[in-house]
Order: sequence, then structure tokens, then C-alpha cells
Amino acid sequence: MRQNLYSAVFAAGITFVLTCLMIGVKLTSEGTQLKVVSATEAQWGWIFAGIALVFFSQLFRDQISAATAGIPRPKLATLVPEQVRSPKLKPWLLAALVVGLFVWPFMVSRGAVDLATLTLIYVMLGLGLNIVVGLAGLLDLGYVAFYAIGAYSYALLSSYFGLSFWACLPIAAVLAATFGFVLGFPVLRLRGDYLAIVTLGFGEIIRILLNNWTALTGGPNGISGIEKPTLFGLEFSRRASEGHVPFHEFMGIDYSSGHKVIFLYLIAVVLVIWVLFVINRLMRMPLGRAWEALREDEIACRSLGLNRTVIKLTAFTFGASTAGFAGCFFAARQGFISPESFVFIESAIILAIVVLGGMGSQFGVILAAIVMTILPEFAREFSEYRMLLFGLLMVLMMRWRPQGLLPSKRPHMELKR
Amino acid sequence: MSEALLYLLQQLINGLTIGSTYALIAIGYTMVYGIIGMINFAHGEIYMIGSYISFIVIAGLLGMGMVALPVILLIALIVAVIIASTYGWTVERVAYRPLRGSNRLIPLISAIGMSIFLQNYVVLSQSARDVALPPQISGGWTFGDPQLFEVSLSYMQLLIWVATFVCMTLLTLFISRSRIGRACRACAEDRGMTNLLGIDTDRTIAMTFIIGAALAAVAGLLLGLYYGVVNPFVGFIAGLKAFTAAVLGGIGSIPGAMLGGLILGVTEALTSAYFPSEYKDVVSFGLLVLILLFRPSGLLGKPEVEKV
Amino acid sequence: MSQLLLDVNGLTMRFGGLLAVNNVNLAVHNRQIVSIIGPNGAGKTTVFNCLSGFYIPSDGSVVFKGEQIAGLKDFRISRKGLVRTFQHVRLFSNMTVIENMLVAQHRHLDTNIAAGLFKTKRYRQLEQEAMDRAAYWLEQVDLLDFANREAGNLAYGQQRRLEIARCMVTQPELLLLDEPAAGLNPRETKQLDELIVQLRDEHEISVLLIEHDMSLVMGISDHIYVIAQGTPLADGTPDDVKQNPDVIKAYLGEE
Repeated sequence: MRQNLYSAVFAAGITFVLTCLMIGVKLTSEGTQLKVVSATEAQWGWIFAGIALVFFSQLFRDQISAATAGIPRPKLATLVPEQVRSPKLKPWLLAALVVGLFVWPFMVSRGAVDLATLTLIYVMLGLGLNIVVGLAGLLDLGYVAFYAIGAYSYALLSSYFGLSFWACLPIAAVLAATFGFVLGFPVLRLRGDYLAIVTLGFGEIIRILLNNWTALTGGPNGISGIEKPTLFGLEFSRRASEGHVPFHEFMGIDYSSGHKVIFLYLIAVVLVIWVLFVINRLMRMPLGRAWEALREDEIACRSLGLNRTVIKLTAFTFGASTAGFAGCFFAARQGFISPESFVFIESAIILAIVVLGGMGSQFGVILAAIVMTILPEFAREFSEYRMLLFGLLMVLMMRWRPQGLLPSKRPHMELKR
Repeated sequence: MSEALLYLLQQLINGLTIGSTYALIAIGYTMVYGIIGMINFAHGEIYMIGSYISFIVIAGLLGMGMVALPVILLIALIVAVIIASTYGWTVERVAYRPLRGSNRLIPLISAIGMSIFLQNYVVLSQSARDVALPPQISGGWTFGDPQLFEVSLSYMQLLIWVATFVCMTLLTLFISRSRIGRACRACAEDRGMTNLLGIDTDRTIAMTFIIGAALAAVAGLLLGLYYGVVNPFVGFIAGLKAFTAAVLGGIGSIPGAMLGGLILGVTEALTSAYFPSEYKDVVSFGLLVLILLFRPSGLLGKPEVEKV
Repeated sequence: MSQLLLDVNGLTMRFGGLLAVNNVNLAVHNRQIVSIIGPNGAGKTTVFNCLSGFYIPSDGSVVFKGEQIAGLKDFRISRKGLVRTFQHVRLFSNMTVIENMLVAQHRHLDTNIAAGLFKTKRYRQLEQEAMDRAAYWLEQVDLLDFANREAGNLAYGQQRRLEIARCMVTQPELLLLDEPAAGLNPRETKQLDELIVQLRDEHEISVLLIEHDMSLVMGISDHIYVIAQGTPLADGTPDDVKQNPDVIKAYLGEE
């Protein structure tokens, strides 16, 4: 108890030192002079409440840990839908889910569908980064660069050469993959933490280039008026451009701007399903096994004749191409892109999605992407705390659940006899 | 001397100034990496916090009517060092110590989380806007031909050089002579063994975080005075630069951090002098990539032998 | 005399000022079990690291199947049919036994990615062949019943055997075993002894062995090399080596 009292006083003291100037005092500019203002009384109240909280939680930490030990921890694994456990039901459930995804937008508001589309972009990004971080164990902090490359490839190809969305989709993916390959080839030999820094630097380089190469990219102003996708040449605008037919005329229905939103949403669903399909197959292929093996013991892999650079490079390239996909779609949906959308924080958000969802788990990543994009929409008054909480969440997750909320195992091969 | 040469000289002076502060921040990266083999991603934020604290103290003391500038700066330095060190210690205690011994990626992700957290913590507690401090130390020497180009070396720049030199000397002495310094070196060699010999390795590791944070705070004060502005986002890019400096010199090596900082500072100054200045970041990151590829052990680092 | 499989000449490895391996010569013929013995720290594992490409030797030549392999990347050497185990077992412990065996066959399965994405007939056929090969070798080392267990959950002796099976499934011609009997009980050592002999006699491969268990070494080796402090001390048949006064001195010290 005495020991606890000492550490409680110490912790409270530390908290006071941390907060007294940083929160207790504010810098304000008055003319050319810099002045300091004390925080409001309410804020000081919060500071002392915080200090008291730290003090008492340290003082009674034995009691607290004893009390919480009694509370059963929720078994998150049981939250995974039945499909994982009953193989017979699985195809039916999946089919129902897919049908639901396609039917649902026709019954809800435009805003909801739009938000769902945004969520799906993050799902794609999360799944893509999950290949790199979760499956191959490579920390990529410049993931947003590939997203930017995808977006700018469509924007530029469309505005300079008039290429359509559907033609650009594979081109964007290939271009992003090429960049991933070219960057990855030299840097994947590096140790994990160096890789993180190099990719971070790469992300910044791409952003700086986009910002400054004004002649090509429009600099900070970005590119606007990017063409929307068409359905077999049918456009979703009120009046089609020359030689094209608008969708509503072709179908003989009234024009509604909602059609376009739903159409974009459906494209996103298709893209996500495609990405999911590819990743699922990859995980069951020798390549997927090699990723896991490499994560477990690189030296053993090399002794068995596995070329680690090539294997890591495939993960890196697949991840990059997924981001390219997502970027291309993002540009088409927004109709406007600028370097603002591709800052480091965006990479950090995608990483947070992967970390929260459980590295390697697709279901977890999808769930995390939904939570991370929809929650801020509902809690707008807390929006300024959003990034603060993201950061805190990453630290807490690493401490208590590094495997993520819904960790998963790669499907194991079984020897059947 | 010709105009071009004088211009070059000016760039060298500016580069060495910035480079010295990079070196101060880089010490934190290099010591932590040397001892626990992780990149302390949140280190740049500690520097930023150091800058804020010194601004707060200087503005506060000036507001109270204090005029003796050396005293003000000294108090600001002491307070900034104490508070930033406390932040450094807390970050290690909260975000890294519980994760020791786990997979390498895990502390790294935690560090990124910490960095985002601290950045936004300052956005919320102060504000996202720039705060500007009017120049406190003005004047300097100028030389060269007034007709062609005048080279100036301001007192502020000189202060940065002297302060960096003093810090580095003290640090070197501390590491080589003191008990804690010896423990630090022992930990860097073999943590398990050091632990067995009865040295509290946790405490030693905490100490490296404190030293690193203290030096970052010094850099925060100096760079804050030099540029006269600070915002919550300066730590990110400065941290990245300092990390580059640490890698350039050879991560884990203290003289290496110094050398790396100076080289990087000069490179940047020269780039922004002869090319559009937006590209100076591109050049320093490009430099980082090149070193990692061709000489991952840096200029003064020891090559790592892989244990099979 | 049968054909020369591995011919090492003047192998030297320096770490800074330290001479870890000094001018070592080795010859391994087809269908031979050759052992390297020597006191702890003699540089035996360093020799293995040089042969298998984990280190690039400072000097000397390593000729495998008539081809110079010194300085090649580790995975390239292993693809040529020279595969090793490690002093400390290195399994993929969170993967199942059968998956460990499949990872080892990665390059035999190196079909293009599209084939795997759409599960072509050829892909499925290759996958089945790999499974069969894995099952065959698991049977050889008595682990077939454990195929779907996680490798990390096996007993230590089983892990050792799995490591050997995992090497064998890559279809090597020369197997480098680094202290395979370390930590095994006498019964397991005897099984290992039989397995190694069986590898030579039935599967017609050569084995290069580092081992401290003298009864194992003397019992199965066709030829023995003795290394002390990185330098070759003696070589010959087990009987030659046993009677060599230098060897006795190195092991027992001066009398």
C-alpha cells in the first residue's frame, strides 16, 4: 500500500508536469507580441480531475486489477458470423450478403449510399494494406502514395487523352503496381523498420511532386471535372455529352441524381468483391503460405530456396495495385482531386483500420473500415478529437490486443486421407 | 572572393546551423535505436513540444516584465528540458515498455500512434495555427564585398553552433565517463547480459529516452528562436529529417548523428539555394533511400552481422 | 571411387580481424556421409554458413556438382540441391506440419499467379503432387499422423525430424545437418542414426554432418574432418581420426 502511495504521488506529479504548461497555458498572438493566457477555470478543473484520476488509479491499482479480473472478457471470436464455423451455410450466407449489398441502396437515402461508397473505398484500401502489413508483415507508411498514383493516373489520362474510367481502372492498378515494384525492389531488402521510414519518405516525395509539378498536376489546385464512370457508354448526367445517351433516357425513366450515386456505390461493391476474391485466393496459394512463412522465419525460408525479395515484392505490388484501384475509383467518384487528399494522416488512418481490424483478418478489416468511416459521421461534435482518438487507439491496441479485434488465421491446408 | 563563392559560403553557414539542430534531434533517435533497436517515431513530437514550452516560458516571462534576455533564455531552456524529458519518459513508459520483447512491428505501430496522439494533443490544447515569437536575438556580423554579396553570420546562428557544441561535448563525456553512460553502452551491446549483471535495464532505457528528449528540447528552443514560428506539425518533418541524419551517420553512433546532421543540413541548404526550395525535402528523402540502399550501416556505423 | 559432389578448397572466413575459418578443405562424394567435428567455437557452423551462402566466404572455392557456388545467394545455392538444417530448430511454428512441407516446395509450385487465382487444372494437379510428396516424406520420418498439427506443438525430437523431412522434400543432393542430435535422448538419437543412413543408402543423397555425439559420428561417417580454431587438424576414416594424436590432444588437452 505504501509502495502504491509513492507511485501514485509520483504519477500524479508527472501528470501535473505534463499538463501544467501544455494545457494550462495558451499562446496567443496580440499584434506582433506573443502573449500567454491561462486556461479557463473549467479547463484547470479538467486538469486536476485528470491528475486525481491518475493518482487514485495508481493508489488503488491492486484493488482495480482484482475487481476487473472478475469481469469476464467478451469473447470477440464468437462475434465472427456463423459462416466461419458451419461450412455448409457459408455459400448461402455469402449470397444473401451480396444480394443485400446490391438491393439495399435502392431503399435508403442518397447520403447513406454516398457514405457507404466512401466506406467501401476505405475497405479496399484497408484490404490492400492488409496484404502488405497483415499478411506479409511489411510496414508500409507511404501507402497513400499508391492511392494518389491511382487517382492521378485516371484524372490525367481522362483529361489529357479522354480515356474512360473502365479503361483506366486496370491502367491505374498496373501503374500503381509498377511504382510499388520499382520502389519495393531496392528497399525490400531492408529491415522492417527502415522499410517503414523509406515508404514514409516515398509518400512525402510523391505528395511534394504532385504539389509542385504544376504544369502536369495542377499543383495544389488539383484536377477538377474528372469524368464519371459510364455503364456500357450510358452516362449518368441529365444531358449526355455528344454521341452518348444518358442512362435515364435509355431506360425510359425520369432523371434522378440518385442513380449516379447508386451506380458509383455498385461499382465500389463490385470492386471490393473482386479484391476480396483475389486476396482469398492468394492466401490459399503457395504465395500466401510463403508470406506467412517469411513472417515466421526468414532464415529458414532462405535455406529452403525461397527468394525473399521476390516474395515480399509480390505482396508489396499487390498492395500497391489495390490502392491504385481504390485511387482510380476515388478520383471518379469525387470528380476532383488534389494533393490534400493524399497526406500522411491518410496513410495513418488506413494503417489504423488494419491494426484495429486485426492484422491479416479480412472480416476484421472490413468491420474496422466501417467503424472508422461511419463513426465520425455520427459523432460530428467530436470530430476534432478524431485523430487524437485514432492515435490513442493505436497505442492501446498494441498494448492490449496487438492481434487486432478479430484476429484470424490463414486458412490451413489439411492433409486428407 | 567572387560572388558565387560568397553565396556558397552563406549557404554553408545556414546549412551548418540547421544541421546542428538536426544533429541534436538525431541523438534521440540514434541512442534509442542503439539500445532497444526501435525507431522512436514520436521523437519529432517531443522536439515540437519542447519548442512550444520554450515559447510559452519566454512569452510568459516577457509578459511579466522581465528584461534580462540571458536569464529568460536560461529559464526557458531549463523548463523546456524538464517538461520535454518528462514527455519522453512518459512516452516510453506508456507506449513502449509494456511492448518490450514483442514482434518488431508492434512497438513501431505504437510509436506511430503516439506521434499522432501528441500532434493532435497539441492541436487541441494550443491550436493548429502558427504562433510567432518576435526575434529575441538580433544582429550579427557581415563580411564580404557589399558590392557583390554580403555574407552574414547572425548571433543567433552562432548561439546555435555554440549550444550544439556544448551539448555534444557534455553528452560524449556523460556517455563515456558516468555510471549511467556505461550502463547505456552495456545495454546497447547486450541487454540480457546487462540485466543479469544486476543493472536495471528498464531504468537505463528510460534514461536514454530522457537524454534524447532533453536534447530535442534544446533543439526545440534553438530552432524556435531561429525561425520564430512553431506549429503542431513541425515535429513530423523535423523528426523525419533527424532520422535521416541518424541513418546517414550510422544509426547507433553518436558522432555519426552529429556528422549526419551537419551533412544533411548543408545538403538541404545547397539544394534550396540552387533549386526550387520545395524540392529540398525530396532531396533529403532521396538521400535517405540511397544511404539505406548502398550503405545501410551509415558513414560511421558498424555493419551488422546477421546471426544464423 | 564414386563421383565428387562437393569440393571445398582453401575456404577462409574473416570477421574484421578475427579469422573464423582458416583454409579449410572438404570433399564429399556421392552417397557419402561426411562429418565435421571439433571443439565448440571451432568454426564448424561458420563453415556451414559459408557453404550454404549465408556468409560470403572471404577466400577459397566451393565447387558443387562441378560448379563454383561460393558467393551465390543462399536461396540459389539451396535451389541447386544443397540444403541445410540449423543448430536451433527453425520451423514455421504457427503453421501446420504439412504446410511446413508445402512451403519447402514453393519453387516446385511456382506456377503463375493467374493459374492460382482461377485454380486451373494444372495448378490443382501440381498442388496435389506437392501434397503427395509431403506425405511421402512425413511417412519416412514417422510424422504422418501429425500432419495437421501445428509444428510448434510437436515434441523436440519430432521437430528435428520434421526439419530434416522439410529439407528432403526440396529434393536435395547434399544435406547439411548442423548438430541434428543435440538435445535428443538416446532412443531418438538411434532413430536419427538410422534415418541418416537410410537417406544415404535408399535415397542416394550425401550428408555433411556437424555433430558432437561421437558414437553417432563414428558409427555412420564414411569420412571425418576435424577442425580446431578454424583450422583443419586432421581427416580420415573414423578409425584414423580416433587414433590421431593431434585430435586426442585437441579434445582432451595436453597430457
